[in-house]
Formats: sequence, C-alpha cells, structure tokens
Amino acid sequence: MSSLLFDEPGPRARRRIRIATVVGAVAVLALLALAVRQFAANGQLDADRWQPYATWPMWRYLLDGLWSTVLAAVVSAVLAMAAGLALALGRLSRRRWVRVPSATYVEVVRTVPALLLVYVVLFALPRYGLDLPLFWKLVVPLAVSNAAAFAEIFRAGILSVERGQSEAGLAVGLTHGQTMRMIVLPQAARRVLPSIVSQSVGLLKDTSLGFVVSYAELLYSGKVLATYNGLLIQTYIVVALVYLVVNASLSKLARTLEARQPRARQPRRRLSRA
Amino acid sequence: MSAILDHLPEFWQGLIVTLQLTAASFAGAAVMGLVITAMRVSPVGVLRGIGTAYVETFQNLPLLVLLVLAVFGLPEIGIKAGLLETAIVVIALYEAAYIAEALRSGVNAVSAGQGEAARALGLTFSQSLRHVILPQALRTVIQPLGNVFIALTMNTSLAAAVGVVDLTAAANRVNLMEAQPIPIFVGAGLAYALIAACAGFVTGRLERRLVMVR
Repeated sequence: MSSLLFDEPGPRARRRIRIATVVGAVAVLALLALAVRQFAANGQLDADRWQPYATWPMWRYLLDGLWSTVLAAVVSAVLAMAAGLALALGRLSRRRWVRVPSATYVEVVRTVPALLLVYVVLFALPRYGLDLPLFWKLVVPLAVSNAAAFAEIFRAGILSVERGQSEAGLAVGLTHGQTMRMIVLPQAARRVLPSIVSQSVGLLKDTSLGFVVSYAELLYSGKVLATYNGLLIQTYIVVALVYLVVNASLSKLARTLEARQPRARQPRRRLSRA
Repeated sequence: MSAILDHLPEFWQGLIVTLQLTAASFAGAAVMGLVITAMRVSPVGVLRGIGTAYVETFQNLPLLVLLVLAVFGLPEIGIKAGLLETAIVVIALYEAAYIAEALRSGVNAVSAGQGEAARALGLTFSQSLRHVILPQALRTVIQPLGNVFIALTMNTSLAAAVGVVDLTAAANRVNLMEAQPIPIFVGAGLAYALIAACAGFVTGRLERRLVMVR
C-alpha cells in the first residue's frame, strides 16, 4: 500500500484516507440513489417496463443486431487493415509518386469526421448513380476512415523494427521486398497487435453509425425496438450494456496481448499503478 | 461553388455550433479528466476504483449510444435540457475518459525520483501533484492531448445524428436543397481539416516551447 506519490500512511494519514473513502463511497451511493429516485418518480422502474427484457424474443432481436454489428465491424476491419498496410508501405516507399499520395490520404482522412463520410455515401454518391446496398453504406465509410488509422499503426510498427534487421536481410542478398516480407513485417505485426485490437474496438464503436444509415446493427435495432415497444430509456440502457460487455472484453484482450509483449528493456518504475 | 456561396449563412451558423460544441466540451472534458487522473493516482482505494471504472465505462461505449441515450432517454425520467447543452455535456463526459488516459500516461512518464524528492521536501500528496508531478506530466502529453482534441472535433459531428445543426448537419441540409454534393461536402470537410490543422499548429508550437528532453 505505498506508491511513489505517497508514503506508507501514518495514523493521521490513515484517518484521512478512511474519511476520503467514506466520502467517496457516500457520494457514489448518493448519485445512484438520485438516479433511482428520478427513474422511480417518472414511473420508469415499474416492473412491466423492464419485464420485456427478461424474455427471449427481445434478446433474440438485439442479438441479431449484435451479430450484424460484428459482421459490419469484421468486414470493415479487414478492408481497412488491407488498405492501411498498403498505405503504410506506400508512405515508407522510396518512390515519391507512391509516398506523397499515401501520406496525403492518411493526413486528409484523419481530419474528416466519419459521419461526414457516411453522409457522402448516403446522399452524394447516389446522385452520381452509385447507390450501394445498405450494408456497404456503413462499411465503406468506416473502412475509408479507419484505413488511415491502421496505416499509422502499421507505419509505427514497421519503423519500430531495428534498422539492423533489414540491413542484415539486405546483406544476405534478399531484395528490398523480400526483406520487408520475410523479416520486417512479421516482427512489426507482433508489436502492433495490441494497438490493432484497440483500434478494432474503436471500429466496433463506429458501427453504431448504422443508426444513421438504417442498417440494422445493434443501436439501430435498439431504435426500432424502442419505437415499437415505447420503452425508450430501458432499451437504450440495455443496448449500452451489451456494447459495454463486448468492448470491455476486447479491451481486456488488448491489455493481455500488451502484457505478453517481449520487452526490449526493463520498464521504468511507475508513479501510479496500472 | 455557388451552392456554398448561396448558403454561406447556414454554413457559418453550422461552423459556429461546431466550434461551440468543440470548445465547451473540451473545456469540460479537461476539468473532468484532471479530476479523474488525480483520483486514479490517489492513495484512497475507493477513489482509484471509481476513476478506473469511469475510464473503462466511457472508453467502451460508443459516443453515439451515449448521445442517443441522453437526448431521447433523459426526458423519460423528467430531465429536460436543451439539445446543444445535452450534447456538450455528453461529449465532455465521453472525452474526459480519453483525456484522463493521456494525463495518466504523462504522470507515468515523470521519473520516480521527482515524486520521491517532492515527498522528501515534505510536500503533501496534493502539493506534490500540483507543484511537481502535473506540471511535468502536462508537458509530456501536449501531443497526445492535441490528438484527443482533434478526435473530439471529429466526434462533435455525431451530435448531427441526434438533431444538433452543426457543420455536418448544415452541409447535409444544404445538399438536400441544392443537390450539389461535391462542393458542399468537400467544403465541410475542408472546414474540419482547417480546425484540425489549427490544433496541430498550436500543439506543435506549445510542444517546441514546453517539451522537456529527458
């Protein structure tokens, strides 16, 4: 029970910590009580408003939504990663006409909101005769915007591989491409794995834009359900909890992968606990 | 081009709303993020737990879900607030988790000897945080905070999905009237890019002036 910001507490500090603990706990409980009272005062705690979510048909509907969410997330992640790898290699290329367009793509797309891209696909492309199916109206903008993020992750990973590694490859007579494929990329891939998982959580969160596209992923399914049964706040709370459980599990996976990374050097002493 | 020029007032109004959303929610998120960071490094276990739970919860929920929950859900329990204000509060609460993460990585980057020296001088926890740890931590997180700011700017556009008429919504409305998507959406995209470029410029300047080489 000691960290570098504070000493092993003495009797007075222990008393203060006890007081802070009680105050903190009371504050949280008071906040919860306030929320419960607000729900109760407006009749939102009545059993018949929550009962439906103890039944299977509701859950089956939401789980269908979750499945569509996962499908959209996986397809856009695969597309974004492929494009991101190409962009990362492009940015590191020795040829100027490859390097400049790749860098421009990454820098520009990083500063355009995903929703604006969704609107472009929804309202601009049809005017030019390109009316995509619903699924792709969500997946294409997500892939376009996340490709830039993945490109930066891959580039950082490639740059983190020590120069000596590719020099050694070139020294034994491998070509530039072979060195990249057989020596640098496998090592980079292992290092960026945790970042890729975290970015995929972000991508999964982005699929909630299906709400705008009317693609029946989890949030849009919640909207349809809430319109149908009138249980607005209950439905959206349940939807939020489902997102929380799924994403927290993925984030935990990212942390586990991070902890498994071989360390180049001893980690510094930390001021706070993880 | 005329599509934009004819509707300059709408675009201007939308840009103002986007700037309001960005500035107000960043200010709120910065304050919240600072408080959460202080809680997460404090000696009180309960406060550390609350801070960690906060960051975990808000980082793992989509912002749009939170916006929909607040805008459509809160009136159900008798909480009625303006649309813009609701959006600002929700975005601030959401981004506070990211600011707290950035700040905590900054606190971790401060070398242990600094904390030990502060304690050796007899500074209390809050004194050493205020005078020794945070000033150094803030200098190392200028770049990450700049990235959070840019992400926040992009995220304010989600308010358009729940009915706030910001730059994104304005572009969409003008396009529905004029049906000239290319200049309209490119124009809106440029405006966002401009905000991001300004943020990048400011963080770059700040970093050159304040960064500490270890």
